[in-house]
Amino acid sequence: MAEGARDSLKPVAALRGESAASRAERGSFHLMVGLLSAVAIVLLVAPTLIVLLVSFTSGLSLRFPPPGWSLRWYQALVTDSPDLWRAAALSVKVAAMATAISTVLAVAAALALARQPRLWARLLDSAFMSPLMLPTLALGLGLLVWFNVFGTGVSMVTLVIGHTAITTPYILRTTCASLSQIDAVLLESAKSLGAGPLFAFRTVTLPLVLPGIAAGAFIAFMMSFDNVAISLFLSDARSEVLPIRLWNIIESNLDVRAAAVSGVLIAVTTVLVVLMERVVGVSRHVR
Amino acid sequence: MTAVPSDATAAAVPGAPAAGLPLREWMLVLPLAVFFTAFVLGPLALLGYVSLHTDVSLETANLGQYVKFLGDGFNRGVLWATLWLGLKVTLLTLLIGYPLAYLYSVSTPRWQKVLILLIVLPLLTSAVVRTFAWLVILGRQGIVNEALVAIGLLEVPAKLLYTPTAVVVALAQIELPLMVLPIITVLAGIDPNLRQASLSLGAGSWRTFLQVTLPLSAPGILAGCLLVYASSVSAFVTQTLVGGGQQMFMPFYIYQQAIQANNYPFSAAIAMILLASVLGIVVATNLLARRMRGVVNG
Repeated sequence: MAEGARDSLKPVAALRGESAASRAERGSFHLMVGLLSAVAIVLLVAPTLIVLLVSFTSGLSLRFPPPGWSLRWYQALVTDSPDLWRAAALSVKVAAMATAISTVLAVAAALALARQPRLWARLLDSAFMSPLMLPTLALGLGLLVWFNVFGTGVSMVTLVIGHTAITTPYILRTTCASLSQIDAVLLESAKSLGAGPLFAFRTVTLPLVLPGIAAGAFIAFMMSFDNVAISLFLSDARSEVLPIRLWNIIESNLDVRAAAVSGVLIAVTTVLVVLMERVVGVSRHVR
Repeated sequence: MTAVPSDATAAAVPGAPAAGLPLREWMLVLPLAVFFTAFVLGPLALLGYVSLHTDVSLETANLGQYVKFLGDGFNRGVLWATLWLGLKVTLLTLLIGYPLAYLYSVSTPRWQKVLILLIVLPLLTSAVVRTFAWLVILGRQGIVNEALVAIGLLEVPAKLLYTPTAVVVALAQIELPLMVLPIITVLAGIDPNLRQASLSLGAGSWRTFLQVTLPLSAPGILAGCLLVYASSVSAFVTQTLVGGGQQMFMPFYIYQQAIQANNYPFSAAIAMILLASVLGIVVATNLLARRMRGVVNG
């Protein structure tokens, strides 16, 4: 019906005959949208491409275009960068632990909050989501003072706690969204067909929300891996995470190894995102 | 007959047994609530408490730190620079992000797949890497300077890095996905017949956009603006690396006072002021959103 109505409207406009003015009007609109989106797309893509190209330079500086091409900086990464490997291993470890903990916390809470329209549930939900909006640096400083007051000091444990605090909202959001999309009829029919609550949860609810949980956990992992503000306050002197190591390299001497590390990170991120997009449809969950 | 709808609503709004699990709702929420209280709420409250003290031993409570911050021209300048930066970045991302979201909403599914990857990929790529990219682009030997010298517009490379404009452009690029994604969501929810009706009734493309599409997408615009604003005022890494040492913004000021000057009460006060200004803007925008919803719904 709606399709038919739309089709029948088009010829009316065509019959009236389009004036040059209205063509120009429409053209200017499309031109504007096209131009501005083109700027946006170039802005989104170009920096990554330029870093990738520079990472293959044969020179000693970040000059663009590079004077020649080589793999020397990737070689340097493999042969004499134990600092970067140590930092990367720590980052992966912290991100994995923080993601695991926040997945348990957030999924449990989401199961209770997602379909609960009461005020207390809405309030708790906004409170739990607030770390997304708060300046993370303030939270990092608060946690540092907090751990000092309680005399624990900073350690691997405090680092993971800090990361968990900022990654939980991502998983809570994607899980709640997946839960609220489940058709209540499905749960009802499982129940009326004699499925017990646990069985229904395992066979109906869980399979339906698993992609949402996986997408949230993936985003949480990437956000933790990239975090500087929390790590800055909560790591001890020995443990330096990769983004901070990278930051120090960039700030002190603009070593070209930074470009090689960036190249590796860009490649790994791209592969993971494309893979996760195939498996769970990450992009549907980040909106 | 009447029992069926009441059953259906009972299923749609499960009260006690959460998602079919034999657990009470409060049992499921409790772990996160405890964690949140202990490691978000508690630390922030403590930060507020520390900021109310002028002495390191935390004996007398007063507003000394706040008076000191707001009474000093330099400090006020840092605050304004930060909030102003957030506003400029938000407006720039809206200017180029909205058209991109619009383009996505009118693209074929095949192109939508490509576009969404182009939007999501940067979001999940390390912000340090994306900031580093801007150092390469805007540096003395960067692509912009080399190009300007090559075509003869410049004789010697100009100082592009460490300028206020550089920070705005770099941050706009980094926060762009946060603006585009909520607008894409809201545009996808607008009935295409509305636009079609407006066009066939004689309104031009511009008028249809300004009077139909744009007002209907207001919730997405607001959500995007909030995310970009909150994220760009606290974007420590980009502000520091692209802005250089001569421009001071609130996040670095917090870090400097805490770690380098060891002045925790003052740094806590700066953090509270930043927190309050972000929260203030979020609350104000939400109030505005509620009012606008009233206007849109008639």
